[in-house]
Amino acid sequence: MTSTTAHDAPRGELPLQQLDRVVIRFAGDSGDGMQITGNQFTRTSALFGNDLATLPDFPAEIRAPAGTRPGVSGFQLQFSSADIHTPGDAPDVLVAMNPAALMVNIGSLKRGGVVVVNTDAFKETDLKKAKCDSNPLQDGTLDGYRVIEVDINTRVAEALADSPLSNRDKQRCKNFYTLGLMYWVYSRPLEPTLEWLEAKFKNKPELVEANQTALRAGYNAGDIRELFQGQYEVPKATLEPGTYRNVMGNQALAMGLVAGAKLAGLEPIYCSYPITPASSILESLAALKTFGVVTIQSEDEIAAICSAIGASFGGALGMTGTSGPGMALKGEAMGLAISTELPLVIVDVQRAGPSTGMPTKVEQSDLLSSIFGRNGDAPMPVVAISKPSDAFHFAIEACRIAVQYMTPVILLSDNFIANGAEPWKLPDMDDLKPFPVQFTTERTEDFEPFGRDENLARPWVKPGTPGLESRIGGLEKAPTSNISYDPDNHQAMTDLRHAKVRKVADSIPTPELHGPDAGELLVVGWGSTVGILTQAVETAQRRGASVSRLHLTHVWPLPHGLDEIFSRFDRVLVPEMNVAQMAYLLRAELPGHEIVPFNKVTGQPFLVAEIVDEIERVLAAHKTS
Amino acid sequence: MTDIATPTRTKKDFASDQEVRWCPGCGDYAILNALQKYMADSGADPANTVFVSGIGCSSRFPYYMNTYGFHTIHGRAPAVATGLKVANPDLDVWIVTGDGDALSIGGNHLAHILRRNLDVNILLFNNEIYGLTKGQYSPTSPVGTRKKSTPMGSVDRPFEPAQFALGSQATFVARTIDQDQKHMAKTLEAAAAHRGTSFIEILQNCVIFNKDFYSETVDRKVRPDRTIDLAPGEPLVYGADRSKGLRFTLGGDTGFAVERCSADDAAAWQPQATSPAAAFLLAGMRDDPEMPVPIGVFRDVAAPIYETGVRAQVDDAIATKGAGDLKDLVYSGEIWTV
Repeated sequence: MTSTTAHDAPRGELPLQQLDRVVIRFAGDSGDGMQITGNQFTRTSALFGNDLATLPDFPAEIRAPAGTRPGVSGFQLQFSSADIHTPGDAPDVLVAMNPAALMVNIGSLKRGGVVVVNTDAFKETDLKKAKCDSNPLQDGTLDGYRVIEVDINTRVAEALADSPLSNRDKQRCKNFYTLGLMYWVYSRPLEPTLEWLEAKFKNKPELVEANQTALRAGYNAGDIRELFQGQYEVPKATLEPGTYRNVMGNQALAMGLVAGAKLAGLEPIYCSYPITPASSILESLAALKTFGVVTIQSEDEIAAICSAIGASFGGALGMTGTSGPGMALKGEAMGLAISTELPLVIVDVQRAGPSTGMPTKVEQSDLLSSIFGRNGDAPMPVVAISKPSDAFHFAIEACRIAVQYMTPVILLSDNFIANGAEPWKLPDMDDLKPFPVQFTTERTEDFEPFGRDENLARPWVKPGTPGLESRIGGLEKAPTSNISYDPDNHQAMTDLRHAKVRKVADSIPTPELHGPDAGELLVVGWGSTVGILTQAVETAQRRGASVSRLHLTHVWPLPHGLDEIFSRFDRVLVPEMNVAQMAYLLRAELPGHEIVPFNKVTGQPFLVAEIVDEIERVLAAHKTS
Repeated sequence: MTDIATPTRTKKDFASDQEVRWCPGCGDYAILNALQKYMADSGADPANTVFVSGIGCSSRFPYYMNTYGFHTIHGRAPAVATGLKVANPDLDVWIVTGDGDALSIGGNHLAHILRRNLDVNILLFNNEIYGLTKGQYSPTSPVGTRKKSTPMGSVDRPFEPAQFALGSQATFVARTIDQDQKHMAKTLEAAAAHRGTSFIEILQNCVIFNKDFYSETVDRKVRPDRTIDLAPGEPLVYGADRSKGLRFTLGGDTGFAVERCSADDAAAWQPQATSPAAAFLLAGMRDDPEMPVPIGVFRDVAAPIYETGVRAQVDDAIATKGAGDLKDLVYSGEIWTV
């Protein structure tokens, strides 16, 4: 019996080489199981104790024509023995299951990096499907890279010679063979995946057997050193002490919405229309019925927000989630929630736009439309998640603001956060501070449906409460809730709605400054750029740059104290995956500072190197002038 | 059935303190009157009653009822009511809408609330015209309707609201007339007794933009001969002298059809019939000057109720697996300690 534990494996004469961090990208056809392969590698690395970050990159089409470039699905992860913040700029290793996957991804591979290719998928027809005029394995495309050629189809067929599966089904085990190979190279244990396969195919023992065999065969192929020059090890990371789990953004967000409703003492009712990349929030919540979660899959985006508003009107915490196009459709109903001052959480998992845009690609371009994009003067607080591991916290925060201020709240996420995974240091549940809602149940002498408390919030009355019958609606109203076209009343109500949203700033912390208190440059970010900006600023600081960093989580209203912080720096660099939306906002809200936008809208996250270069460019430009 | 409650409230108790602002002579007054009276007579609890509306003349309705009310946005009242009923299935929810609100901008939501069979009552005021936007043709206006936006006449075929509802798998479909308080009261009662979505089309006069559009059928003088009341279990008989009847035929060029006959040959009306086909035929008779316009109950069948099913899944999950603890949720999956 061959041992399957990396540590027990014979290592031969070649020494085991230690690495701090490795970036691997798995790429193949969208039917090749690359997301599963990536997720398994992630899971195993997390259980092993590495810090990690992932970037799934898949096509919008469920199954684009096999072997074509549009059908390429990728999964990149960085795992490390040190604290890391990003899935890595350029992969050290590219695993390409076919010519299309190779051609789409080779440009991002590090110079001198390793390419593992499935040579069985480079036949004439495969090259044609991938629109390759010549074979990239022979035409010089791969010059300067270390190419490891593996005839994966053949080896899988050999390994599974005794399996009762059809040849076609045998070939579907290719991804586990590949995974096994990479496990050997990076000294990962096989057990987590072997166990996962057993659970996954509980009732199909032949599939468990075949995939486990393929995984072991891949591992052993590396083990007997017929393919690689040696093995690497990425030791455990020294993470902050605590209990961890690996989590994806949408998954953590869903749990946060449940927690937020519980902390408010309300029933969560999530109404949504499926849309990429927000659908998995609906799916996650639908699976949480034992936690008292009610989900409604609505007939369209407008129905989804309207039902959520109806739920809040009824005394539950209404929630809805969508992506950009859905946000556009929900606009009028957001105005209704603002006008009737009902709590509501609206999740926007941003994706590249305009219109349908690029549904599976990342962008931060809904910022200004979230803050301002409704008819009339219609202010609403906007909170932005930065990473999978803070989605739980900020989902709770959105719920808190919604109920304490009787307002709809937009919770911004994006495709990078939604589908990215990282270790999450689990919160101590006793530290979660409840914010129980007090419904108004009795008519006091001064009761008015649109009266105000210290937060400028109106009372929340549930239908069914005797003696407090009243009507609400989207027409302008007096504090009595009766329709009013009185000019002074409309001025007063408009002012009140704005003052209330501005007042939310009193309840949020001033963002922490990372780096020196003052200097030449402050890098301000928001949303999913946090990891990249952290690493870039730390790199620039090590190289001697006078730069600090600050990350915004409450993007509307902006927190107090920014003006003072900005004034301690010569200028403020604002990198964003949009056309300078936060820069625009900061210039308007905090005039008098030099705001330098830096923007990228390729559907891909910034590279750390791009940010470092820009920091150094901005600093140099002002030194010479 | 529960005991008949002794009415302790009067019609006045259901009137809010707001001045009613429909045009003098508007059919909406008669409907408001009938509703307030029905609420008092049926012993309704104002605290437990919610009127939800969209946009349009009819949608001002909630402001005039001394109950809970939500005047929402154009066409979306069914969607708002869905969330409300799921949050609190015990509420007695009434949706007030018009032909434009329900069948143009809100057509999608109307179809879906009907197929879901939410336990609410929908009152669709059909005056075949846009009132609040000052007189454009609506999705129920006949072909050739000349209005400011259609100076040469409308070219699109109208919806028949009752057929739309039947096609959307409505479990209760009825039609009544604003001028007939007695019939309206009877229809409201039948609708309220039905569990699931009750859809009532109310032919309603817009005295400004479509005055007396229905007078050829509902005027007192012609009403007995031009309308037929669909009474459950009773023969389909009408006419001032009750001599005319309707029956169903199958075959020939018309396929399944309804035709006039003598009172003796009239078919008995069955709104509980499994098939909605006969109801669909009757609902389509409004355009045929040879046939009477049916009022009363087209369909009344039982089906599972949406909010009950949604909540039952949550209750069942908790009953079988136990109530989830937040900590167990967060600390689930593969966790490790550093």
